Amino acid sequence: MSTPILQTKALCRSFGAVTAARDLDVTIAPGEIVGVIGSNGAGKTTFINMVTGYLPPSSGQILFEGRSILGKPPRAIIRMGMARSFQVAQLFPELTVLENMLIALVAAEGPRPSFILPMATAKRVRQAKDLLEEFGVERFGDSVVSAVPQGARKLIDIAMALISTPRMLLLDEPTSGVSVEEKFGLMDTVMRAVRRHGVTVLFVEHDMEIVERYVSRVLAFYSGEIISDGTPSQVFADEKVRELVIGHGHATDKKRNMA
Amino acid sequence: MIHIDRSMVGLAAATLILAAMGGFVPDWLAFILTLALAKALVVQGVVLQMRAGLVSFGQGLFFCVGGYAVGMGGQFFGIHDAPLLLVVGALAAVALAAVLGLLMTRYRDIFFAMLSLALSMILFGVLVKSSDLGSTDGFNVHPATFFGHSFSNESYKSVLYLLTVFLAGGGALILHMVHHSGLGRIWEAIRENEIRVEYLGLSPRWLLYANYLLAAAFAALGGGLTALATGHIDPEMAFWTTSGEFVFIALLGGTAHVAAPFIAAILFAFVRTYAIEFTPHTWQMILGFVLLGIIVFLPKGLWSLVQSKRRAKA
Ligand SMILES: Nc1ncnc2c1ncn2[C@@H]1O[C@H](COP(=O)(O)OP(=O)(O)OP(=O)(O)O)[C@@H](O)[C@H]1O
Ligand SMILES: [Mg+2]
Repeated sequence: MSTPILQTKALCRSFGAVTAARDLDVTIAPGEIVGVIGSNGAGKTTFINMVTGYLPPSSGQILFEGRSILGKPPRAIIRMGMARSFQVAQLFPELTVLENMLIALVAAEGPRPSFILPMATAKRVRQAKDLLEEFGVERFGDSVVSAVPQGARKLIDIAMALISTPRMLLLDEPTSGVSVEEKFGLMDTVMRAVRRHGVTVLFVEHDMEIVERYVSRVLAFYSGEIISDGTPSQVFADEKVRELVIGHGHATDKKRNMA
Repeated sequence: MIHIDRSMVGLAAATLILAAMGGFVPDWLAFILTLALAKALVVQGVVLQMRAGLVSFGQGLFFCVGGYAVGMGGQFFGIHDAPLLLVVGALAAVALAAVLGLLMTRYRDIFFAMLSLALSMILFGVLVKSSDLGSTDGFNVHPATFFGHSFSNESYKSVLYLLTVFLAGGGALILHMVHHSGLGRIWEAIRENEIRVEYLGLSPRWLLYANYLLAAAFAALGGGLTALATGHIDPEMAFWTTSGEFVFIALLGGTAHVAAPFIAAILFAFVRTYAIEFTPHTWQMILGFVLLGIIVFLPKGLWSLVQSKRRAKA
């Protein structure tokens, strides 16, 4: 068997009395598309935050392509080939969409950007525009981010994450804040791009129809634990999952965690 | 790779015009302009930080280091050449910033502002207590040579004016490139969203560290030129009101264009000169009203007047 792209061993994290992660053993193979479900506060974002170095685990191990990432800051983990998007899009609100993409392009070229050579070279502008086009948001190129609708912002957030050409992408609720009619279009766009770039994906999603449509495997979180792991039909048939996760209503946008 | 744009042509032209003016403007005007341009160089550093989301109320610290380096270089170390003294000052400021930056880059917002103020007041306190450096009175700066040539009192001022004009022009050209460079734009991104910058694989802290060093170098350059022009240095250079003036001028001009601090500094110098002359007791009040007007009507500074005119033309 090839090395897993992501592996966690007995990963734990608590916030005071709250246990947000309890003994998480997750193994993801390259090329998998994994959906993560779980009601509000189940620990989905905490999992992504730990795996990308934003939040130190209380205990346990995290291996990315067989190498431990414990103690590394997010920027180092990004340079190893991981990327993420955010539950609430994390962009540069007062800069234009194009500038946002250009900054990501400069960043992808290395950790010490030039202080003399211009950011907006013809080559980078072309790359940025191509990517915006691939995500169907090229018409917003010259708008400042704060003036762009929520759905487009989520797409830009994901497009930005892909600029570093990651081998693994973690998407935290890519369709939250997006209208029901737009959700499938957004996911189609994202999945097409992801397949083209050959990226392993783990995404958090409250909408079971979306999960069913796009993933090959589902992890069901409940109260910091994984209560079911398998194909969508297996997980959705699980009694515990039906009772604790799916029956729970999908209060997608009740809370807005930053990261 | 480097693209020559309209701003760069404009800056080069303005530099040459200012340099040519040196031939016929009266001494007092050349003196005011020298001081204003020197001050504007310090303000460029403040603007550099503002673009990255940081406001320093202690840039007087590096201004003072630049000034004292020039004074002490001549007084104690036998360095008498102006360009060399300025380089020494800038290096001293960068060395100090390299140490202080380790602390400063951990802080943001009001904490950064207050800590920068605190550090400059420490230097102020130290200088006031240093009798070898003249305590509160400071001391006079020896006349310097320029690339080995010494000048009579008359031409000394003209040469210093020219040097200041060319340093200001050169500095402006470099900063214009910096503002549009990859790093320059990433500094803005740090101001907007540090978490995202980190998740792009960059270290906001170390990039801000570079910003801090560059701002310190510009402040020291301005301080050194000021010391050469006035022929005197004292601890007041590190006092918080001096730093406040730099912030004032930065706000007056705005951060949108590298020319703005120069325009603002020159305007500030004239407003102050005339205000002191005509209403000696109320000039601070006049400055207060000017700032009030700017913040209310032109929150992006005087430069927004230029920008809106350009937009109207386009
Ligand atoms: N920084 C924090 N400080 C304190 N408690 C936290 C923090 N982050 C998360 N928690 C708690 O940990 C638990 C898991 O939170 P997490 O954000 O991971 O849930 P989630 O599954 O992403 O939920 P949602 O669907 O609402 O996004 C919650 O009880 C939450 O209140
Ligand atoms: Mg969450």
